[in-house]
Amino acid sequence: MNRHLLTAVLLSGLVVLLVVATEALGVRVFDRIATNLCVSLVLVIGLQIFMGNSGILSFAHIGFMGVGAYVSALLTIPAQMKGMALPDLYPILQGIQVSPYLAIALAGVAAAVVAAVMSYPLMRLSDAAAVITSFALLVVLHTVMTNWSNVTNGPRTLFGVPKATDLLLAAGVAVAAIVGAVAFKESRTGLLLRASRDDEVAAAALGAHIPHLRWRAFIVAAFFAGVGGALWGHFVTSFSPNAFYLHQTFVILGMLVIGGANTVTGAVVGAFLVTGAFESLRSVEARLNDLKLFNDQVVGLTEIVLALAMIAVLILRPGGLFPSREIGAVLARAFANKKKGAA
Amino acid sequence: MTFALQFLIDVLSLGGAYALMALGLVIVYGILRLVNFAYGELIMVTGYALFLAGGTGLPWLVMAAMAILVAVATGILTEYVAFRPVRAKSVTAVLITSFAFSTLLQNAALLFISPRPRNVPLPPIFSQTVEIAGVVTPMRNLLTIAAAAILLAVFAFLMRRTVLGVAMRAAASNFTMARMLGVPANLVITSAFAISGLLAGVVGILWIGRIGTVVPGIGMEPLLVAFIATVIGGMRSLSGAVLGGFLLAFIDTTLNYTLAQDLLKFRDAFTFGLVILILLWRPQGLLKGPATGQRT
Repeated sequence: MNRHLLTAVLLSGLVVLLVVATEALGVRVFDRIATNLCVSLVLVIGLQIFMGNSGILSFAHIGFMGVGAYVSALLTIPAQMKGMALPDLYPILQGIQVSPYLAIALAGVAAAVVAAVMSYPLMRLSDAAAVITSFALLVVLHTVMTNWSNVTNGPRTLFGVPKATDLLLAAGVAVAAIVGAVAFKESRTGLLLRASRDDEVAAAALGAHIPHLRWRAFIVAAFFAGVGGALWGHFVTSFSPNAFYLHQTFVILGMLVIGGANTVTGAVVGAFLVTGAFESLRSVEARLNDLKLFNDQVVGLTEIVLALAMIAVLILRPGGLFPSREIGAVLARAFANKKKGAA
Repeated sequence: MTFALQFLIDVLSLGGAYALMALGLVIVYGILRLVNFAYGELIMVTGYALFLAGGTGLPWLVMAAMAILVAVATGILTEYVAFRPVRAKSVTAVLITSFAFSTLLQNAALLFISPRPRNVPLPPIFSQTVEIAGVVTPMRNLLTIAAAAILLAVFAFLMRRTVLGVAMRAAASNFTMARMLGVPANLVITSAFAISGLLAGVVGILWIGRIGTVVPGIGMEPLLVAFIATVIGGMRSLSGAVLGGFLLAFIDTTLNYTLAQDLLKFRDAFTFGLVILILLWRPQGLLKGPATGQRT
């Protein structure tokens, strides 16, 4: 079997396994965790599409997640709810109500369009300047989300988003994201982009139009961020702009870095590992708070552990757990070596 | 005339603080080509050190000096934890470690101190106002201008006239060559982080003097300011950082006076939009630094 196909199948298999195991156990808490994990997968894989192929760290990703969540919410909150949830909404938008599934797709498109318009000039930049401007983009998006009260309810919580995301939908989208990311990586754009990541000057000399290539990857990444945000919005049903800021960025980035930013396998493995660790630490935190050992609530322990894990991984294994080869390639190579040994 | 003076004082005091913040970021960036995301947390640490020192009953200047020392120590610690182990690896790796270290410090403050704001001790001079030629202005604005002027002068002297400064500038323009000529690399880098911590400490006290309290997320705004100022002024140039700081203060103050109330809340979006425009026009920033050399 083709090794790229093998990668896509194996990684999707992992998601299917998660769904089957969760359904078989039938515990509600696990259902929630598994759905969250699938949404994170969509986001991490989206980020991998840009970061892994272009080698540029992007902070703006979670901003596009927010764009997706708000667009989908606007399109789906029932008309009678809108009067309460968004009192200052523009009259044109008041009557609109589409099916959540259509809205999730449209949210992805909206995020991609916003990304396409805003980011083209930024793609010329590399290294630190690129990172700082993507950070600036995140702040711009956050400022707009916090202050455009007419459509986002300002810094307050937006409620009344219909519940539409279940485990199956989230898992389905995650599988689509995996297949999309592997396909993008092996496409002409993906290959050229990775060439520019490894040597910008050489790739440009060979005729790669680097800003344009990065732009394409950025748009695809924003699409998945928008879809992920919409899925998340229809899962939690109420959220505020602060959900789409540095904390979420840190978590998603942590998943990608620990797994390995250069491979889709790394993104998937990182999402599984970090979600698992996060949920266990959260329950430890909750347990500690229940025991009332300390005067104040125990907060921030989870983040401290994740931060330490990120630093440790970057020092000991800078490329993450899967630094350069996808799982399919690793297995194909092992299999080929075995054959050679036997012959 | 009164308005012009008011405007000038506003720009100079805000610009002085911004310039110091930007300088602290650029001194590290210039040598290591690395953005320190944990820079804002140096200001947070200064605030908490001042808060913790508040119980000791020492004279305020001693407490402030201690807080600045803590910032310097944290700056050096940042270098040892987040930079030195990954220095030779990719730019992205170092960005992420410093981002992780920043989250680590913030959450440590959350966990060990409190998520709620804490009052810091401040001398009465921070809340007094003076009248100059008909303009009523808070004393702390003049303090900021004075502190910025003194520190910028000392800094300029250090960079131009002392051996350490020359070594640092040499390292910034060509690290490998400087090393071969006998500049001790680790010492230069550690000094850069110490100076960065010193600047952050002083700015931290002036910044917190405006607000009066410290919260775990306090470093965010100074960090953003330093980012924008350095990008506008030129990531590789020390004078560019200072210029960027004052220019940003000028832009911010102008927007404050001219934008309508309901647009003012979008000010950050406008400022950052402007950064993007400036980068389009001059990707290197307004002032170019020395030619780029290799790191490590």
